[in-house]
Amino acid sequence: MLEFKNVTFKYSEDDFYMMKNLSFSVKKGEFISLIGQSGCGKSTILRLINGLEKPENGEILIDGKNINTLKDYCAFMPQKDLLFPWRTIEKNISLPMEIKGVPKSEMHKKCVDVLSEVGLLEYIDKYPKDLSGGMKQRVSFARTILAGSDILLLDEPFSALDSLTRMDMQEWLLKQWKHFGKTIIFITHDVEEAIFLSNSIYIIQDRPFEYMEKVKINSEYPRDREFLKNTEIVALREELINKLRNRREQ
Amino acid sequence: MKKSMPSIIVTLVLFIIWQIIAVKMNASYILPSPLEILQKIWELRDILIGVHLPATMGVTVLGLIISIILGLFLAIIMDLNEKIENALYPIIIASQTIPTTAIAPLFVLWFGYGIWSKVLVTILITFFPITITVYDGFKSTKREMEELLITYGASKKDIFIKLKLPSALPYFFSAIKMAIPLSIIGAAIAEWLGAQSGLGYFSKRMMTQLDGAGVFAPVVVLSVVAMLLVSIVSIIEKTLIKWRKEI
Ligand SMILES: Nc1ncnc2c1ncn2[C@@H]1O[C@H](COP(=O)(O)OP(=O)(O)OP(=O)(O)O)[C@@H](O)[C@H]1O
Ligand SMILES: [Mg+2]
Repeated sequence: MLEFKNVTFKYSEDDFYMMKNLSFSVKKGEFISLIGQSGCGKSTILRLINGLEKPENGEILIDGKNINTLKDYCAFMPQKDLLFPWRTIEKNISLPMEIKGVPKSEMHKKCVDVLSEVGLLEYIDKYPKDLSGGMKQRVSFARTILAGSDILLLDEPFSALDSLTRMDMQEWLLKQWKHFGKTIIFITHDVEEAIFLSNSIYIIQDRPFEYMEKVKINSEYPRDREFLKNTEIVALREELINKLRNRREQ
Repeated sequence: MKKSMPSIIVTLVLFIIWQIIAVKMNASYILPSPLEILQKIWELRDILIGVHLPATMGVTVLGLIISIILGLFLAIIMDLNEKIENALYPIIIASQTIPTTAIAPLFVLWFGYGIWSKVLVTILITFFPITITVYDGFKSTKREMEELLITYGASKKDIFIKLKLPSALPYFFSAIKMAIPLSIIGAAIAEWLGAQSGLGYFSKRMMTQLDGAGVFAPVVVLSVVAMLLVSIVSIIEKTLIKWRKEI
């Protein structure tokens, strides 16, 4: 579904390349995590996919078509909730639909559907200031869903949450993923989070990186926390953490 | 109410001290006591409120409205276009180094004793804080929010209407609250320098008659009007901007 073909990129402000000839692909309906040390270029990959940055060389394809020729193919959810404080929850999640010109009556119906799905229907007329951190992330997720795209790009959506809320949100996200049937590319620097959530994990190498090591997690969904205690999974976790830490020391 | 108690007490104490000093000095042509001023306002209420206040308010309101329009216009075009920003910003800043009181007589020379010379002085004092504050409001928008809108396919116009305008709204209200007293000051100064009516003119006339309380009375009226207007704007602000945590 999503394919990087020999993508080379550097920020014009920087004098080093972020990635060179990077190729990888993601299948429809997959849950992929990207992990890597801070500053290695995880967010940059999402910025390339959503078109905020353009590759210097190479192509990014969706179903075989270059993204330059496409619109509305992906929806981006930033690390901070970035809810607009002057808009109610309904108006906030309507934002992408407003911009795409969805009719008003349809917007309201979709808002109600998605808010009941994320369990926040009673907050429909509240303002972001009235919500907790976890609720705001759920609203932000609802807004991302309502952008109406098949690929969701989630950039460390839970990193600002406390660890208990975070576990709830991870389980919640898996349910939502199954429910909406989207393809998800998820960034985190928490190895356990990546293992718990993903079909596969991509590990980002030192700059500039030319490939990303792919690790498959062979475990069926629905998953529960118990599975993180399996000996293979514990070993895998250690292995991944060591890999990331070794990179840091180099 | 509880919060404003200390400041009310301080104000009262200051007035009492003023009253005592003024009575001791017994030279009301230099320092009239607060009570004398109040008495004066009461005596002159018809002419102060009925004749001169409307004249001054005419200048203030015209100057304020034109300043708001001009300020918003400048802020918007500077935000839209970097070249315009580079061209205008230094000039706008420089316009504030002009000693307004010194060039106000020139305006009278050019535009006569009519209302426009006074409106011009008012605008010169008032448009600046509006322009700069609203401009800062536009610049205060978060880049990440703008990028998020772009990923939804937003146009420049979408970004302006859905992001820049609402983020600048609190700044706009601060600007208006700053601009109200300034425009009143501007109008009064202009009237001091050359006019046939208005509270500034009246104050000056009382000065030539060595009537201390008469000089103060219009100043007090103007201050009260400024405070009233600012509180009205604050009320509008609070009903419009419900989403803010601080308020
Ligand atoms: N807009 C930009 N302009 C120039 N350089 C940038 C820009 N954004 C990021 N960079 C550079 O690219 C590097 C990688 O940034 P990126 O945000 O992709 O990293 P990341 O892996 O997401 O890190 P983190 O885990 O801290 O979010 C940064 O170290 C920074 O120097
Ligand atoms: Mg990042």
